[in-house]
Amino acid sequence: MFPSAFDYVRAGSVAEAISILDGSEDAKLIAGGHSLLPLMKLRLAAPSTLVDIGRLSELSFIEDRGDHVAIGALTRHRDLEISAVLKQSVPILAHVAGEVGDPAVRHRGTIGGSIAHGDGASDLPAAVLALDATMVVRSASGERTVPASSFFKGFLETDLGQGEVLTEIRVPKVSGGWAYQKFNRRAQDWAIVGVAVVRNGSTRISLVNMGSTPLRASASENAINQGASIEEAARLASEGIDPPSDLNASADYRRHLASVLVRRALQEASA
Amino acid sequence: MQVTMTVNGKTVSRDVEPRTLLVHFIRDHVGLTGTNVGCDTSSCGACTVHVNGEAVKSCTMLAVQADGQEITTIEGLASAEGELHPMQKAFQENHGLQCGFCTPGMVMAATSFLKENPHPTEAEVRLGLEGNLCRCTGYHNIVKSVLAAAAATGE
Repeated sequence: MFPSAFDYVRAGSVAEAISILDGSEDAKLIAGGHSLLPLMKLRLAAPSTLVDIGRLSELSFIEDRGDHVAIGALTRHRDLEISAVLKQSVPILAHVAGEVGDPAVRHRGTIGGSIAHGDGASDLPAAVLALDATMVVRSASGERTVPASSFFKGFLETDLGQGEVLTEIRVPKVSGGWAYQKFNRRAQDWAIVGVAVVRNGSTRISLVNMGSTPLRASASENAINQGASIEEAARLASEGIDPPSDLNASADYRRHLASVLVRRALQEASA
Repeated sequence: MQVTMTVNGKTVSRDVEPRTLLVHFIRDHVGLTGTNVGCDTSSCGACTVHVNGEAVKSCTMLAVQADGQEITTIEGLASAEGELHPMQKAFQENHGLQCGFCTPGMVMAATSFLKENPHPTEAEVRLGLEGNLCRCTGYHNIVKSVLAAAAATGE
């Protein structure tokens, strides 16, 4: 399998990438390519132009900025996984990055690519949702910030417009407990269901592969934040959520998994 | 598009379509067929090569993305005199293969893994190779081989 033909441009700067995107109807950015290339090989995506931003080293960084850690969009999963700054201040993100795919995938895939791809079945979008992270988005008209809670819009659809580039992810430091529960059958698979819990004052819970975007388990969050027991909160894991059925799991099985994994994650984060 | 990269220490330059995958570049344009195409969907790891010293699935990288980079394939692991790499020796001595189709990818993934974790436990070796599938299910001797290579090189 190989993709449909396309024009390839290697951008020398973010500004150049933006100007190419602005001048095209369907140009796509590529960095590690581990979300986009599989789609292109299946011909589910066929952009006329690929803009390679993979070598813009100024977008690869992990910086302690006092109350938060700033992560360049081109930082690879491998670099997140072994980052001393993250292990110290946002350990859940280093851990989740180490759960993505397999080692070879983590050598290529980037956090910005995974988040801009916006797959509800992926690990990192749910992690940044539980972390209440902020996306920094650059375009010809300047820079704007988008909270994770309003960044993921629909199936592989985010708040990013055609001429916009996700440049940075700002992640609040985590002072309390955390956990990431990922259920799958084979080590390198996507989660059939995953649960991220972050206790930073209040408790935030997000779900992987329970919908077309990463989702908050709002009913469980409300319950636990109002003093309910972990078991009670976990029972509400899929309230108001309509999970998909597919080859791996029926919707009912996913609801069951969500409750079990929310319970385990809350227990782990409270230990 | 003209693409130039170092493959196993030699500079190679070819005119390719931008959609050429690195694995096809290596096999069809450079003529090194040790790197296999298995699943072609970045699941099985048969196409694993090193890009700048790190394991990468070459079916999920464009040749143009590898422009200017250093590629090592299974053919580049042994010394110029033909002496096998310690990992190759360990696979040979521990019978770390059955049909052999996954072996080049396994060896490339394992050498990259040992660079990152030179003294792994057995469990860490199994996790480190999670992106490489052996359809003969010969995992046991593969893991044994990697542990033997770690012991041989870590002394």
